[in-house]
Amino acid sequence: METSIYSVIAFYALAITILGNAALVVFARNIVHSVLFLAITFISMAGLFLLLDADFIAAIQVLVYAGAVCIMVVFGIMLIQRPDMKDTNLFNTQLIAGTGVVALVFALCAILAGRTAWTDLVATQAVPENTIQVIGALLMSKYVIPFEVVAILLLVALIGAIVIARDESSAIAVDEGVKANAHD
Amino acid sequence: MLTISLTHYVVLSALLFSIGLFGVITKRNAVAVLICIEIMLNAVNINLVAFSKYITPMDFTGQIFSLFVITVAAAEVGIGLAIIIAIYRNKLSVNLDDFDWLKW
Repeated sequence: METSIYSVIAFYALAITILGNAALVVFARNIVHSVLFLAITFISMAGLFLLLDADFIAAIQVLVYAGAVCIMVVFGIMLIQRPDMKDTNLFNTQLIAGTGVVALVFALCAILAGRTAWTDLVATQAVPENTIQVIGALLMSKYVIPFEVVAILLLVALIGAIVIARDESSAIAVDEGVKANAHD
Repeated sequence: MLTISLTHYVVLSALLFSIGLFGVITKRNAVAVLICIEIMLNAVNINLVAFSKYITPMDFTGQIFSLFVITVAAAEVGIGLAIIIAIYRNKLSVNLDDFDWLKW
């Protein structure tokens, strides 16, 4: 249990930042602004991980999400959007049904979180000081098979993204050019 | 009231997941839906790390799970953007309401 007043203040400040920026991601009308708010959400989430004694996860969060994912999404937007960025991020016609489903999901989660007897489960020890050493040792011993599978998954995703995003018409043109040259 | 317990983190995570789910259901732009899926995955990460701290602080199960979730999310964004770019090249649109080839 956190008892320090500073961690309580930090939790509420980070929670308000995260939820407010996530709401702005959904309600912004310009998709580029959405991605900007998304980056702020991810960085404040790294602060929440620091509050949870997970400093390695916080560093990875900033590197992978705020660094790589947001930049990649901006690149994707710039490759596919029209020159005018206004009103690029609108709602569809499912607003009422969507609100109902989401309210139902949240009510279910909140009721279950409130009714579960967490006090029976909570451990008494604190998290060790050096999390990185422990995580590294665990990844190379107990979780080595999932670690390698995830490495292969990243390789497959890399190759798959290149194959999917390749321009097929220009590839066919190159192929036909090669064939025509061979025919001559 | 002035202590932060596991319930606070679970409720925060549920709220964030709900915001992401709302975006996935109601946004019209395919890239916006991809972004909202990232928000949902991050909400799950908060849950995993909070459980790791409060329930199994010596085992690090939740932290290692959240590492795998982050990796899969990065791969998912790459593939998702590639699919959106490929579809945009055919349809000249990223509006999900236009993507109805599987409907008849």
